[in-house]
Amino acid sequence: MGKKVIVLGEAREGVLRNVSFEGVSAAREIADGGEVIAVLLGSDVKDLAQEMIIGGADRAVIVEDEKLVGYTSDGFAQGLLAVVEQEKPEAILIGHTALGKDLSPKIASKLGCGLVSDAVKVEVEGGNIVFTRPIYSGKAFEKKIVTDGIIFATIRPNNIPPLEKDGSRSGEISEVAAEIKDLRTIVREVAKKATQGVDLSEAKVIVAGGRGVKSEEGFEPLQELATLLGGAVGASRGACDAEYCDYSLQIGQTGKVVTPDLYIACGISGAIQHLAGMSNSKVIVAINKDPEANIFKVADYGIVGDLFEVVPMLVEEFKSLLVEA
Amino acid sequence: MNIFVLLKRTFDTEERITITQGAINEEGAEFIINPYDEYAVEEAIQIRDNQGGEVTVVTVGNEEAEKQLRTALAMGADKAVLINTEDDLEASDQFTTAKILAEYLKDQDADIILAGNVAIDNGSGQVGPRVADLLDIPYVTTITNLEISGETVTVVRDVEGDSETIETKLPVLVTAQQGLNEPRYPSLPGIMKAKKKPLEELELDDLDLDEDDVEAKTKVVEIFLPPSKEAGRVLEGELNAQVKELVNLLHKEAKVI
Repeated sequence: MGKKVIVLGEAREGVLRNVSFEGVSAAREIADGGEVIAVLLGSDVKDLAQEMIIGGADRAVIVEDEKLVGYTSDGFAQGLLAVVEQEKPEAILIGHTALGKDLSPKIASKLGCGLVSDAVKVEVEGGNIVFTRPIYSGKAFEKKIVTDGIIFATIRPNNIPPLEKDGSRSGEISEVAAEIKDLRTIVREVAKKATQGVDLSEAKVIVAGGRGVKSEEGFEPLQELATLLGGAVGASRGACDAEYCDYSLQIGQTGKVVTPDLYIACGISGAIQHLAGMSNSKVIVAINKDPEANIFKVADYGIVGDLFEVVPMLVEEFKSLLVEA
Repeated sequence: MNIFVLLKRTFDTEERITITQGAINEEGAEFIINPYDEYAVEEAIQIRDNQGGEVTVVTVGNEEAEKQLRTALAMGADKAVLINTEDDLEASDQFTTAKILAEYLKDQDADIILAGNVAIDNGSGQVGPRVADLLDIPYVTTITNLEISGETVTVVRDVEGDSETIETKLPVLVTAQQGLNEPRYPSLPGIMKAKKKPLEELELDDLDLDEDDVEAKTKVVEIFLPPSKEAGRVLEGELNAQVKELVNLLHKEAKVI
């Protein structure tokens, strides 16, 4: 029996995030021949709805309201629940992003259902939808099923491959009217910080610095390398505690857990707490002066050397590679 | 101010994880207050010291969690509540925990509830917002700054590196992110005092809850360790040549660039 699955599309500065398309792909798996419906909340989101259809959704439902232009938990919950009430899906997927993490527990509570957070894999096994998710910050994994009510999960970015986009796909885009009201939190100001557009949790490449970076300025070559590779800069707790960078960059058991395609650890010793946050990255490169550093035990490739020598050389080498390509 | 903190006992971050008979092996492991909950405890103490009132720390768990509650009392919290589910529940999930906490909190007239934004063991980050929803109060997650002026609450929230300044009103639930404060260590006099502070123990019965009311909606079917990673290649030779080789390997062998 095919299932009806809804996926919340999430846009950042008017552009759909990759995880929204990854969500469509996971929804296809769960739907198992059923229907995948994209949900878009905001004002003027028809184009985004169309993109979700091109990304594999069968149709889209939109809720348009000026009050949904910026995220609030109250506003988005009212919008999404209006769609849930109309469509009565058997499953709901949201990206495990800042928005998804904030919104999904409220939705689950309103629906009185369970929620599997931060899934990295979705499979259908013997009629059950089985989600795999990291626990202990990736030191272990669990497989989890929903035993009662709506199947509801958040999907970790950069783990489930999206479907190929097909510009010839078409589908119905319909609108649900929802009264968005009584917002109890008001966003007064948004201050953009140093990450320069690429979010750590979604970055394909992360260049991370530890105590070996030695200062705030020491992060500059790392940022240069990250920007060149279209990636983001991260840090170990040591670097954050030493105030070389903001805590929002911290990767580890406290901090963010990341799984990029390429993780370049610069001047990071590799404490167990840090490894928990990054050791499931696809390819790990370690650059450290100390050949005994623990980070080399998880690295695919290592260079024993001074990061201030190695990183600028890497920048030059990648530049010439990118020019060739 | 009537201040509550939701606290969880977790594995120490130093611990390696092993599995025995399909479950995480807890034998001999060190346990701590979930690090994010420590920020919540610290913030609660600071609010009380500035504005007056009382800090109550609450946990759902078993008797073992008494130790972490005593630590919070030693930091400076005034009262602790252990909702002991050991005899009543075999399995639980975030639905279960949130329901129990909300059932306790609904009669407490809390002005502000603080929690960690996520627990480092299960990592779901659900319980705080779920509790807020059940109590029908607003919530703000992953906060790095908090100011209370009369009924108005202004918080700074970490959103994937950006900072949002959000205004809301009491009563409210907030979840702590790193950078909110620097949690204090319990002092020796603090530890002595903590032994005499009230620690109330409740069971589901005391909250008029049945096992069925809080039955988990999800179930863990398997726990496994990630495949152990073999140490890779440490390159050799002139630094310049190593860098060239590395870029070549990433491009041609690993194919990530």
